[in-house]
Amino acid sequence: MIWDERHSSPSTARPRTAGREDRPAVSAFDALRSEPMKILVIEDDRDAANYLLKGLREAGHAVDHASDGEEGLHLARQGIHDVLVIDRMLPKRDGLSVITELRKQDVDTPVLILSALGEVDDRVKGLRAGGDDYLAKPYAFNELLARTEALARRRSPSEGEMVLRVGDLVLDRLAHAVTRGGQSIPVQPREFRLLEYLMKHAGQVVTRTMLLENVWDYHFDPQTNVIDVHVSRLRAKIDKGFERPLLHTVRGAGYMIRDGAG
Amino acid sequence: MTALAKLLRSTAFRLSLIYLAVFALFAGSLLAYIAWNARVIFMDQLVDTIEAEVQGLAEQYRIGGVARLAQVIQLRTRSPTNTLYLVTDPRGRQLVGNVAGVPDGTLGTSGLLRIQYKPHEGAGGGNHEAVVRVFALSGGYRLLVGRDVEERERLLDLVRRASALSIVLMIVLGVGGGTYVSRKVLARIDAISDTSRSIMSGDLSRRVALAGSGDEFDRLAASLNAMLDRIEQLMRGLKEVSDNIAHDLKTPLTRLRGRTEAALRQRDPDTYRQALETTLEESEQLIATFNALLMIARTEAGASGAEMGEVDVVPVVQDVAELYEPVAEEAGLALSLSLPERALVTGNRELIGQAVANLLDNAVKHAGPAHGGAIEVQVRHDERSEEIVVADRGAGIPEEARGRVVERFARLEESRSRPGAGLGLSLVVAVARLHGGELRLEDNRPGLRAVLALPRQSGEMGA
Repeated sequence: MIWDERHSSPSTARPRTAGREDRPAVSAFDALRSEPMKILVIEDDRDAANYLLKGLREAGHAVDHASDGEEGLHLARQGIHDVLVIDRMLPKRDGLSVITELRKQDVDTPVLILSALGEVDDRVKGLRAGGDDYLAKPYAFNELLARTEALARRRSPSEGEMVLRVGDLVLDRLAHAVTRGGQSIPVQPREFRLLEYLMKHAGQVVTRTMLLENVWDYHFDPQTNVIDVHVSRLRAKIDKGFERPLLHTVRGAGYMIRDGAG
Repeated sequence: MTALAKLLRSTAFRLSLIYLAVFALFAGSLLAYIAWNARVIFMDQLVDTIEAEVQGLAEQYRIGGVARLAQVIQLRTRSPTNTLYLVTDPRGRQLVGNVAGVPDGTLGTSGLLRIQYKPHEGAGGGNHEAVVRVFALSGGYRLLVGRDVEERERLLDLVRRASALSIVLMIVLGVGGGTYVSRKVLARIDAISDTSRSIMSGDLSRRVALAGSGDEFDRLAASLNAMLDRIEQLMRGLKEVSDNIAHDLKTPLTRLRGRTEAALRQRDPDTYRQALETTLEESEQLIATFNALLMIARTEAGASGAEMGEVDVVPVVQDVAELYEPVAEEAGLALSLSLPERALVTGNRELIGQAVANLLDNAVKHAGPAHGGAIEVQVRHDERSEEIVVADRGAGIPEEARGRVVERFARLEESRSRPGAGLGLSLVVAVARLHGGELRLEDNRPGLRAVLALPRQSGEMGA
């Protein structure tokens, strides 16, 4: 773990988070260098694909690539991948039709759809076709990485667990209670959902848009730092007064909850 | 294509020809039917008349014999008449009558006959046609009564000829009228297609001329013109977008390029790193601006692909207010909510949510604690719409600038230094329009009161 002190000062942080960083930031790259996945990227644009493959490999993942819909379908059908990243517009077979076909054949690998169309209900169409998440082009690589990780993790057993733990922080989904070191922490319903989502993806970077989508169920890009303020309020509740911070800001990407020692 | 060929191919002309043919056939059959019936009735009448005359004369003979019969006939033939009389004695000699000669053997028959006869002895005139009946009287006398049909035949002939002539006239007039009408129609159609051709070649400002009669061509022209207005409006919108992109994206792009060049001259890793980070930040801003622009343009064009459904705006406002509440609090602003039970509209939840977020965003940015520090959010029912009201106590917007502020990229001078591309309110306007509603900017005395009015669910959807 490398603490990137140079960029943790409030003056150089991204403008939307200016002045709110009360913890050292972690670089996204280091934060994500864990749990290698096998990813299939189906993307016809050579440059975009190379950029994606390079980034994903540098993050430590094994990546396969298909440059058209038919090839992609053929590779994905093997069911050996943790996540599929599928572009919507592909030669030979449209991205959505690849997903529909896979689901028809009972291949339930999580799918992240990439789309340049950007219509309001594009996401809805993508998810209806059987996709699991959706990212509009142009996207930040960190956003894609975080979402890909989150999708792979969705298959992990933590999904159904009633009690989530990170270090000495415990979230009881059934009792709607949060404790740290045995000490009860009062949280509001939305804060509970925020913490629940972060803990479900403990050890993974969660981006601001992922939080807005999953905790608030809105898909627009808020112009101001609304999410940051919510997160720093939550941080004040769960980290203040404890020696080891759990909720970290990942510079240029989002947030991550994890036990500092782990 | 020659003018004639064009005319012959026109739908209007073909239709009038078909119409003419059907009409001529109908008129012809009607005339024929009338003529035939007239003839039958005329013959029946003739036969009845002759029969009555024969019966009358036979009665006279029975009362007063041949002498009385001759007397009566002489009396009747004194003045010119169409009725033929002839009485012969048993030896066949003519006793009395107004007929010069009948074909041989006529008197030997009985019953109705059509004959040619001579009206006067030596008159030289051609034979006349007549319908006659011969009646045998007692004592070998024979009585012939008939009626000259020459006049009637001529009349019938006249009627026949008039009918034929009128049908010919009708056809000529029909073809002429059809040609005239088709020409008229063609002229209107040609005017419309000429206009569309010149529009296609680039002159979008042209419109189809209306005759002012309010007929179907005027209605067609009016809807074409309405369509053209809409297209022109969309084209103008597109042009505005590209102008705005050129204007407002060029500046940051130029800045970006300048910074990158400057950094490359430094040959220092730290400078590189910093420059790259700034570049990333700026490009993210650019993407956000670009996305917002595209979304506004799409929403305004009604081509956002947004699915419309029943939306209760109350939880939407609640959620978004809750999302912004901490930011407002950090900025020293108290956010107060006043909401009804529910407020149903037909719309898209995402877009309404985004619009409310933009209104709150705007309020938080422009209503600093220096100005009194309170933001009121309200959902209220109007006569026809559900209104989302976001009121702040900030500097407000001068009345003359309110129209401008909702235009894309417009920002007031004093807010230029603040973050945000200034697209927020434009998007709210676009969302309002897509829902058939409107955004009103009012004076909150002091501050700004933004009212997003969305037609109630039962209301009709506007475009």
